[in-house]
Amino acid sequence: MEQKIVSKRFDAINPLSIDDYLESGGYKSLKEALKRDRINIIEEIEAARLRGRGGAAFPAHVKMMGIAKEEETTRYIICNADEGEPGNFKDRQLMEKDPHQFIEGMVITAFAIRATKGYIYIRGEYDKAYSILEWTLEEARKKGYLGKNILDSGFDFDIELRSGAGSYVCGEEFALIESIEGKPGRTRVKPPFPTQKGLFDKPTLINNVETFANIPHILEMGGDEFAKIGTESSTGTKLVSLSGNVNNPGVYEVPFGVPIKEVVEKLGGGSKDGRKIKMVQLGGACGPIIPEYMLDLTIDFDRFEDFDSKTGAGAIIVMDERFDVFDVLLRVAEFFEHESCGKCTPCREGNLQLVKLVEKFINRKATQKDLINIESLARVMHQTSLCGLGQTAPTAILSTLKYFRDDYLDLIEHPEL
Amino acid sequence: MLEEILKKYPQHEDSLIEILLEYQNKKTKRFITEEEIAQISNYLGVTESKVCSVVSFYTFFSTEPRGKHIIQICKDVPCYVNGSGNVLKTLEQLLNIRIGETTKDEKFTLEYTSCLGNCDGAPAMRIDGKTFTNLNPNKVKAIISEYRGVN
Amino acid sequence: MVNIKINNTDVTVEEGTTILDAAKTKNIKIPTLCYYPDLDIKSDCRICTVEIAGEKGLVTACSTPVREGMEIKTNSPRVLNARKTITELMLANHDANCTACEKNMNCELQTLANTLGIDENRFESVLEMQELDTANTSITRNPNRCIKCGRCVDVCKNVQGINVLESMNRSHEMVISPKYGKYLSDEDCTFCGQCSSVCPVASITEKDETDIVWNALDDDKKHVIVQVAPAVRVSLGEEMGQKPGSIVTEKMVAALKQLGFDRVFDTDFTADLTIIEEGNELIERIKTGGKLPMMTSCCPGWISLVEQKYPDLIDNISSCKSPQQMFGALAKTYYAKKQNIDPKDLFVVSIMPCTAKKYEAAREEMSVDGKNQDVDAVLTTRELGKMVRQMGINFDQLDKVEFDDPFGITSGAGAIFGATGGVMEAALRTVSEVVNEKPLEKLDFETVRGLEGIKEAEVDLGGQKVKVAVAHSLSKAKTLADQVKDGTSPYAFIEVMTCPGGCIGGGGQPYNTTNAVREERIRATYQVDSDMKIRKSHENPVINKLYDDYLKKPLSDLSHDLLHTHYRKRNA
Repeated sequence: MEQKIVSKRFDAINPLSIDDYLESGGYKSLKEALKRDRINIIEEIEAARLRGRGGAAFPAHVKMMGIAKEEETTRYIICNADEGEPGNFKDRQLMEKDPHQFIEGMVITAFAIRATKGYIYIRGEYDKAYSILEWTLEEARKKGYLGKNILDSGFDFDIELRSGAGSYVCGEEFALIESIEGKPGRTRVKPPFPTQKGLFDKPTLINNVETFANIPHILEMGGDEFAKIGTESSTGTKLVSLSGNVNNPGVYEVPFGVPIKEVVEKLGGGSKDGRKIKMVQLGGACGPIIPEYMLDLTIDFDRFEDFDSKTGAGAIIVMDERFDVFDVLLRVAEFFEHESCGKCTPCREGNLQLVKLVEKFINRKATQKDLINIESLARVMHQTSLCGLGQTAPTAILSTLKYFRDDYLDLIEHPEL
Repeated sequence: MLEEILKKYPQHEDSLIEILLEYQNKKTKRFITEEEIAQISNYLGVTESKVCSVVSFYTFFSTEPRGKHIIQICKDVPCYVNGSGNVLKTLEQLLNIRIGETTKDEKFTLEYTSCLGNCDGAPAMRIDGKTFTNLNPNKVKAIISEYRGVN
Repeated sequence: MVNIKINNTDVTVEEGTTILDAAKTKNIKIPTLCYYPDLDIKSDCRICTVEIAGEKGLVTACSTPVREGMEIKTNSPRVLNARKTITELMLANHDANCTACEKNMNCELQTLANTLGIDENRFESVLEMQELDTANTSITRNPNRCIKCGRCVDVCKNVQGINVLESMNRSHEMVISPKYGKYLSDEDCTFCGQCSSVCPVASITEKDETDIVWNALDDDKKHVIVQVAPAVRVSLGEEMGQKPGSIVTEKMVAALKQLGFDRVFDTDFTADLTIIEEGNELIERIKTGGKLPMMTSCCPGWISLVEQKYPDLIDNISSCKSPQQMFGALAKTYYAKKQNIDPKDLFVVSIMPCTAKKYEAAREEMSVDGKNQDVDAVLTTRELGKMVRQMGINFDQLDKVEFDDPFGITSGAGAIFGATGGVMEAALRTVSEVVNEKPLEKLDFETVRGLEGIKEAEVDLGGQKVKVAVAHSLSKAKTLADQVKDGTSPYAFIEVMTCPGGCIGGGGQPYNTTNAVREERIRATYQVDSDMKIRKSHENPVINKLYDDYLKKPLSDLSHDLLHTHYRKRNA
């Protein structure tokens, strides 16, 4: 079931050794790419139909084409290594176990879009990955894969490492840009989009670590071959972060189209201590919570879209029968309340109100009106928030209103225990 | 010490967060004073209000003195379903403080953090720049002892 | 051109037009809150959301450009529910004690709630009451009413370049405040009041002095006189429901009489006086190699900026008081003596477009006898409007009344003080005639007029070509001040106005001041000037009589005592 493309080298090489990386085929794609026509590289990625692996699942080639068309010659490329979505740790592993891979992807992409400088924005809590990347970038420079005249191609490009400071919202593209600019991580009005006016008001391409990690492999096997893996809407593989009440939590790489149940049982070893699985949250705190009987859902971006959420980051959080839906919802609601940047009204005020409403249910003080209000508020936040945080914050609640409605009704109808 | 750190960075607005991170990590009480904010704003050519808005936005920064070691315990779902509650209880008992407080000897501050991205080793906590995983009450006791033993 | 449909009506607009502006072309008003013309689009209140056929989410009209074929619904049930929900969320964190609020029935949030038909709040209040900032004499800040629209931060940071107000913290703890939650008076605030001018609710308002004035008017022992700034007569009409740029001078005087003022005088008079004193000061500095460039001193916001941030430039500032303060000083000496009134029984009120004038009147230097202030109370144009309404005066029906003598005879030069470039032009009219000893061919100096941030002119003074500059808004003032600091300023004389557009754009002016409104008020200002018989300050006969009778000559000892002041470095 597993198909190791971007996780092939995990625990098989010394991540601090660039020689290990080179010996296992590393930087070959970059060498070839530097000889190719730039638009050609983007077309290869288009043929692969690669979609972003950070959660938004946006077609990668569209952003690249967009930026390639801009007139401004100063361009930036940013790797979003902020991985703050609860339940996700696949980027951390990519950075700790095979750091050169996604950097190679960044350099190839930078060449294709003529970026003049790159940044890796890594969350402040990833101390180990930060140190590894400092080392890795220096190694890459020493061997000429970064810096001036890379591999005698005439292409100048280097990458600066930047740390976050404890803010989940800085994983959102404009909040991230604001953070690199030394400001609070509050998003900007769109349009214009980052590919038009991004970092320091210049065209900027932002992609997730895993997205970049796929680039060398797409060039190596060819876009068409890549597109044969996975499903029609979601090509290639996905690094799934499996956690919660399972025997073998960890990162597993599977082709799109594999049912969640298989990942949980076969790769994850099933529920710990033989307990029954009650519910699973998909994607992260911003994703839906589904009941056990829905676990034959396949891992696929469009399947997730059915839940009105862009939850393609790939987390699967398994929760067994010991846990109450509302206790989980409370933690999710408190997470978003704490992480909201505060700029727009529905998110700033709405998240606190959601916490209060969930607490009302927990305290058995909720009425039928509260049920109507929580649903209405969740929908309005979803439709009117300025950025993805506010838009996806209510997803968990909305999904439980659909699949665990009885739990809500039960608390309303039985206010006394 | 602040001056030496400042000199390492270009006098441009976007150096702010890196300066704050480096400086605060080196200070024993892990916080930034009003005077230091004024110094930084002067160096970068930005208003103090601007520096304050950044310091008050990001979780890492504090304008109040904190303990020598900041213990961040994750309270999100993967850790929650793997017993982070027990870890918190153990810490609160060991240190004799509640979450959000600093020990009397100013050695430890106990804070919540959002998901640390170490859910495969849940429950997890982070102390200063190091993440500890697969915690249980015994492991927590051992870790704290080590920090207490270190001068 | 782009063709779209709004509420089933065909609309054709230029590419790049926002949905909000496109709707305006068909007289469809989409409700907004954080949006303010001429300021950055923030898109954070989310009130102006609209529905687009075929799209799942809602989009904000203020920030979304139209696309060919878009079909927009501005008031579908989904949109209406979204707007109501968002407004209720705001109200749940707002001290909604409307009947006890100074902006009752003049509040954008209240109007919005009313328009949307909100009859209950589904959300529980999460308001945590915070302390008010009433520590200064000009502006009151009430954080419990703030709806975090961000307009004040935008104006303070981007238009004025001061950044006293900023967004602090994040999430629900986000507040808009000075750093460390300090009082405005502890910070670099210049009390310009631009924040109060754009605040949609009553979170930032001017310090109310109407009660003080009512009490004085009611006190039989007090002789209460009022002076009115040039900017007020081209703006007060808006408080009374008239269009921007209406000139209401005589009805304004009539209303003031009805309020009970014993005398109604014109600040334009002391504006003329300022020109004589300041013009002579400039001539002397040029002749004797004094400190140049000389910079105007009639704007208290600018003076605050210099004292706090540019103390090295204090010697460049003209030592002249502002027209408001020259008036107060003269009133408590010359006028009191002439009228045989004990200055203690004289109560001087000024009507100003400005909030900083309240601070200026309270400055310790602004007291000739060292005990009582020369100006006892300052009312903004908005406060005057309030008093007129409180009195129940039917403004439109008033008979026209002229200003009282002796401080009612003025020149066009005094009248143009209200517009950016006006002080400069008024000064040049006098200075060039005095120095060149011949009348000016053309009285209008068009290059210093208008809304351009920094304007320049070159004049011939006694055979020398002299460069002058005009700046308005503090960010532009800072540009010129930095030049002077660096020693690279090519100018001999600089006029600075804190408020965009000059005093007609002041922090105390009627709400909804936009660039379009500023242009109307400026047009009316120059209209007042061109309609006047006397257009140069030095041709004002009453001014000349004042010198003959009392002051003796410009820059005399008595002039220095009464009409000039000094400044000092102040730490915020």
